[in-house]
Amino acid sequence: MSDVADRVRKIVVEHLNVDAEKVVEKASFIDDLGADSLDQVELVMAFEEEFSVEIPDDAAEGIQTFGDAVSFLTKAVG
Amino acid sequence: MFDLTGKRALVTGASGGIGREIAKALAAAGATVALSGTRVGALEETAGAIGRDCPILPCNLSKLDEVDKLVPAVEAAMGGLDILINNAGMTRDNLFMRMKDEEWDEVLAVNLTAAFHLNRAVLRGMTKQRFGRIIGISSVVGVMGNPGQGNYAASKAGLIGMNKALAHEVVSRNITVNSIAPGFIASAMTDELNNKQREAILSTIPAHRLGTAQEVAGCAVFLCSDAAAYITGHTLNVNGGMAMI
Repeated sequence: MSDVADRVRKIVVEHLNVDAEKVVEKASFIDDLGADSLDQVELVMAFEEEFSVEIPDDAAEGIQTFGDAVSFLTKAVG
Repeated sequence: MFDLTGKRALVTGASGGIGREIAKALAAAGATVALSGTRVGALEETAGAIGRDCPILPCNLSKLDEVDKLVPAVEAAMGGLDILINNAGMTRDNLFMRMKDEEWDEVLAVNLTAAFHLNRAVLRGMTKQRFGRIIGISSVVGVMGNPGQGNYAASKAGLIGMNKALAHEVVSRNITVNSIAPGFIASAMTDELNNKQREAILSTIPAHRLGTAQEVAGCAVFLCSDAAAYITGHTLNVNGGMAMI
């Protein structure tokens, strides 16, 4: 697992209060990890702060799963 | 239960009237209060009346670039923000058939659009800290309407609706969003009324007197306090019985 994935997982685990093992690539924040729509916005804000990037609204809408977040942030940081 | 010690507040329109009394009342309850408005001298007077260190942040709410700098400046000055009081407001009265676009736009910009921008700006910090109190100072006119005030009534009704929508969104984060709708409150403006005008107004108020700014400020302290933690999306009517709704 990449460093980006570890940092994203840490945020998701802390914010949604879920077990790290459940945060797998295909895990949907809303459908699998119990997030509501506001959680999703807060997660994006947390990602922005952790990685010092700005995530535009249309990109944020595309971040539905853990894997989506990792791949977006890997590209954004890289 | 009504103690606000350690809480950090921003009051817009704190240069006089209701805004100044709200700032004083929040400070008296223990909060640190940042004062915003357009007249620096008047804000300094408010700070002097409070007698404690208050960040003073002048801002013209009709200019969105200034509005968008206000919350970051307040958060930098106080290390965060727990309470937002959208109090600033203006009137540009005219009968509907004569009302100019500029009169409509200006009142909506200051009374409603600025409040939207400030509400949005405080949410990041408040959701993160899992605490917030947002209060919009509306008006009985927003609930009942008033001839010559189509723009003002729309802005004040808009504030109530906006705050209800936001209340739904953020209550799960321990942020409450309420409105206060004052009736006729004694102010420099009402001091100028002649006896006939005054009597006409008083005849519509069961309490048969004007309200005081302190009576509005007390309601703001209540809504900010732990005592009101379960109240959200509410509009508190403070009008001497003028509109029992």
